[in-house]
Amino acid sequence: MVSESRHGGSKKRYRISKRANQLSPSGIRKFFDLLASIEGVISLGVGEPDYATPWHIIESAIESLEKGQTMYTSNSGMPELRQELARYLHGHYGLDYDPNTELLITVGVSEALDLAMRAIINPGDEVIMPDPHYVAYDSCVILAGGKVVTVPTYEDDNFEISAADIEMNLTGNTRAILIGYPANPTGAVMSREKTEELTDVARHHGVLVISDEIYAKLVYGVEHVCVAALPGMRENTVLLGGFSKAYAMTGWRIGYAAAPAEIIAAMTKIHQYTMMCAPTMAQVAALEALKSGEESAAEMVEDYNRRRLFMVKGLRDIGLPCFEPKGAFYAFPSIRITGMTSEDFAEALLTEEKVAAVPGSAFGECGEGYIRCCYATSMADIEEALARMKRFVSKHRKD
Amino acid sequence: MLNDILKILENDAQTTPKQLAEMTGMSQSEVTKLIRQALKDRTILKYKAIINWDQVEDEQVWALIEVKLTPQKDVGFDSVAERIYRFAQTRTVYLVSGTYDLFVLVVGKSNHEIADFVSQKLSHIEGVKETVTQFVLKRYKEDGEIIEGKEEVKRQPVIL
Ligand SMILES: Cc1ncc(COP(=O)(O)O)c(C=O)c1O
Repeated sequence: MVSESRHGGSKKRYRISKRANQLSPSGIRKFFDLLASIEGVISLGVGEPDYATPWHIIESAIESLEKGQTMYTSNSGMPELRQELARYLHGHYGLDYDPNTELLITVGVSEALDLAMRAIINPGDEVIMPDPHYVAYDSCVILAGGKVVTVPTYEDDNFEISAADIEMNLTGNTRAILIGYPANPTGAVMSREKTEELTDVARHHGVLVISDEIYAKLVYGVEHVCVAALPGMRENTVLLGGFSKAYAMTGWRIGYAAAPAEIIAAMTKIHQYTMMCAPTMAQVAALEALKSGEESAAEMVEDYNRRRLFMVKGLRDIGLPCFEPKGAFYAFPSIRITGMTSEDFAEALLTEEKVAAVPGSAFGECGEGYIRCCYATSMADIEEALARMKRFVSKHRKD
Repeated sequence: MLNDILKILENDAQTTPKQLAEMTGMSQSEVTKLIRQALKDRTILKYKAIINWDQVEDEQVWALIEVKLTPQKDVGFDSVAERIYRFAQTRTVYLVSGTYDLFVLVVGKSNHEIADFVSQKLSHIEGVKETVTQFVLKRYKEDGEIIEGKEEVKRQPVIL
């Protein structure tokens, strides 16, 4: 594989740290190397809105640049942004966070995840997370010196993580449970009931929940349950949220963490030495998004919902059983009828039909037998991709 | 439900009933029925394309005309407006608030044709007090579509 040699294969000229070597090269990376070399590919691969950021948000950032607002902000983020965020969390979930001590503006949820891990993990501490999960989760834990403990989740249980399974995996070293619902890659949403079972276990055993709620706004006909808003959980949760997905702001690199002051203080300390502050213009844009982005976000969600229905129906029609995703913008169909591994399937689909989807195995063992198809792409592309996949599936199906 | 369909069609009139059914979760026959009804009761007025005429050799002149009316006994603004919108040259006619009363968008083949329309037709209509004609020099955006320079932004490879 191209990527293997790149990630420290044959020639070892520089001494790369053990920790860096410990990270497995992302299964998605190699895919993109291949993808880049083929013309006319329809990509269902990238988990990113196909919209540009709503103009009023871009405009606010341009205006701030014109005014010369180009300096660092306070380490924890612009006060106005933290205040607006506090208002937002209060308005949406009835959660009260002190904007001065309990909120931190980060460089995407990506940084917030990293900070949260580094702030709470000591060598050997264990973090429980569902399998499959977002590709960065285990790396963040490993980089912080922690140990990843995965709990399998299954299509039959709507890919919700079960509290009983978590409880079974608790040890004296368990420090946190890391979840992200609505989920990447499955599109699963946790019901209130299941979330409460999970938080009961967490509270009972004094284990923190780190809840990546970056897809909170992208739910279709169901409620998003904010973990921190459940009884007794404000003091026991590190809530992570962002702007990338709901406001189509992936390139701005802006997110946040909300947690008890002691944890935020520790995260801020690391953040101030490694990042200084989140980009100022992106903070201005995020402020505008919070203040007046609700409508544009809702419009995009409405549109994703149409594509979701279209994609899921289309996948089922071509013979791929597909779990109904109620959130995020991914469909996660089973490809078992072909008898192929998800990696072989994805690779053959790319070379034979020029459709890029991500093998489920890139997200963990339980993702084997599935592929992730992002439907945040144009209807015309979805339709064409489905037509190509139909050909592909009828050629390769074994049943 | 009908609103969903209308929103999709307003953005892309070519969306087929099959696609609409899949996008909204309705059955195809339900969709077809709703559309048929919407066409019948003129909720959907017409399906049209938005054309960039500058791309083809076909001269078109657009003019925005502000029309002031004299309030008259017996006939309201509606009937004056009707006498204006009956002309095929008028593409859009609105009653507006502000310093004038009617906003009229006229499309013709030449400045001359539009000048004729204003001086010989429009200004003679009873109730029309004053007109101000503004010729369109360039169209930037039409019905929500940017006309020129809409560039595709290419995604860079990334892991997420
Ligand atoms: C579950 C999840 N968390 C976090 C991220 C990273 O988001 P951000 O752009 O805020 O760093 C992603 C991006 O794909 C994601 O899917």
